[in-house]
Amino acid sequence: MNHFESKQYPDAKGHFGPYGGRYVSETLMPALLELESAYRDIGDDPGFQHELQELLYHYVGRPTPLFHAKRLSAHLGGASLYLKREDLAHTGAHKINNTLGQALLARWIGKKKVIAETGAGQHGVATATVAALFGMECRVFMGVEDIARQAPNVQRMKLLGAEVIPVSSGTGTLKDAMNEAMRYWVGAVRDTFYVIGSVAGPHPYPEMVRDFQKVIGEETRSQILEEQGKLPNMIVACVGGGSNSMGLFYAFVNDPVEILGVEAAGKGIHSGKHAATISAGSVGVLHGSKSYVLQDENGQIQEAHSISAGLDYPGVGPEHSFLKDSGRVRYVSIEDGQALEAFQMLTTLEGIIPALESSHAVAQAMIEAPRRSKNDIIVVNLSGRGDKDLGIVGQHLKF
Amino acid sequence: MNRIAETFEKLRQKKEKALVGFVTAGDPNISESLTLIAAMCEAGLDILELGVPFSDPTADGPVIQRSSVRALAKGASLRRVLEMTRDIRKKFADIPIILFSYYNPIHAYGNKAFYKAAQENGADGVLVVDLPPEESDEMTEAWPGNALSLIRLIAPTTPVERMKHIAASASGFIYLVSKTGVTGSDGLDTGDIAFHTKNLRSVTSLPICVGFGISTAAEVAVVASVADGVVIGSAFERLIEENMDKPELASIVAENVRKYKAATKMT
Repeated sequence: MNHFESKQYPDAKGHFGPYGGRYVSETLMPALLELESAYRDIGDDPGFQHELQELLYHYVGRPTPLFHAKRLSAHLGGASLYLKREDLAHTGAHKINNTLGQALLARWIGKKKVIAETGAGQHGVATATVAALFGMECRVFMGVEDIARQAPNVQRMKLLGAEVIPVSSGTGTLKDAMNEAMRYWVGAVRDTFYVIGSVAGPHPYPEMVRDFQKVIGEETRSQILEEQGKLPNMIVACVGGGSNSMGLFYAFVNDPVEILGVEAAGKGIHSGKHAATISAGSVGVLHGSKSYVLQDENGQIQEAHSISAGLDYPGVGPEHSFLKDSGRVRYVSIEDGQALEAFQMLTTLEGIIPALESSHAVAQAMIEAPRRSKNDIIVVNLSGRGDKDLGIVGQHLKF
Repeated sequence: MNRIAETFEKLRQKKEKALVGFVTAGDPNISESLTLIAAMCEAGLDILELGVPFSDPTADGPVIQRSSVRALAKGASLRRVLEMTRDIRKKFADIPIILFSYYNPIHAYGNKAFYKAAQENGADGVLVVDLPPEESDEMTEAWPGNALSLIRLIAPTTPVERMKHIAASASGFIYLVSKTGVTGSDGLDTGDIAFHTKNLRSVTSLPICVGFGISTAAEVAVVASVADGVVIGSAFERLIEENMDKPELASIVAENVRKYKAATKMT
């Protein structure tokens, strides 16, 4: 296993090798420079870090458990599967780790209004939640297609006092929600903080979101060492924009651990209806950073497809593109049907209803586990709970 | 002297300011787009900004978003826009043509190939909306010459120190964004524009053109009194949208060019 020096990235201009950067209109540049400078300040501020840690403990419920899925492991016959239970974090997904950090940072800078884009609605709920906690005004941009398929999260955001702004342009999914959030931010940048939910967007977001999420991997690493006295052989997480996966991977990049990122293959990569950006895309610029994107030969961004709203995105965080090119992380993809099977399997064998996003990671682990010995350990990031998906799962499974 | 500098020099002698017109290339379709651009040039447009349609225009308001959707549906692409540039240049030898694009279409085309094609087909400059100076080296370092002006954006949020830094790498003219917002936003603050123009003048001798949200001849006159040029974009695209089914589309747009142009004359 190669020793991988990822920790020196991004560079001072926000580049992960050839990826990342700040590809935005001039109106936003001063705000991004201000944000970066504030982000450096809070890194050294014990008061800020103490408050964040206290809230992660008492409000979010960290550390989240690392659960040994014995029945699923026995059923598959092979490696032991462990689940990092981010679904048990407050609001039901890992997204709150990041929104809490960014909301504290917004308060530090002195901005009382926050906006967010959301796909599955988990990031929107997590942003609306911290906005309620800190008494901030909150607007969440969400595609009309996602509003329809993730209705429970729309209701939660409204209950939390956020305004949900439907976005009907394009395919009405995450990409379009992010376009609209960026447009709104251009007009409101003087008093509004944009809480980006993934390790995507212009610098410093990919670095900052990774840092707020890296607690997932740090906890996992010490939990498995404590319980088993050794590192896992493999860690697996789903990749849409890539925040839960970067959060898990980051603590392990210099360890002798195999790392798998699982993209959404939708109806199959060859069908053209997928969201497997790294597996099937090419290098381009979308939403402020350079990374792999799904695009045509003229540089027009193509529509993505996935049963899971959180993975239905034609871009990916720049650090993932960097990890892909370096060979440190292996990126694979799982189709809609395989994710649904994994969803059912985990629900019936372990009594845990996973989010459809996380079900992609579970599905990949189900492929890997039988190929490995009983002494091997695979950790899967269970990034969110599946209550939000009951509607769409019901349609597919006819219940 | 290049076409951009010549244009500003001629206008200065005539005591006029530049009317800069933006249209999304290929809207409502490629042939009608060429017809109406020709009519605009004949009606007195001083500088043409040819918008390269992009699937995800995050700096644009709804009007230009819709124009991009229409143009893309009719097969517009950077390749086609470069062909259109060649056609326009054949008819109009003197008007400066600025290609107005997001970075991804140029990146996909290839920076070096883009430079070559833009220059050979008669473009004078390029403005890349989402390519601030922090990221633009990768494009300009691939350019084998400096025949293409790089038009830089300055925003109302840009501090004076940063203005100075940006102006240092600009050429042709500087595009001052009139307000914090996307293209076509309401609420023009002419006092703000005068303030930012004055700040910008203190750090550059390049001509300053102001755009975003300017839609009436009266607004053109006020902005022209402080700037060297006024950019009209969404207002033209709105006219195209409202009249695209009419055979007299080109003459309607041309009529408005004459109206705006009259407002740029300072005597």
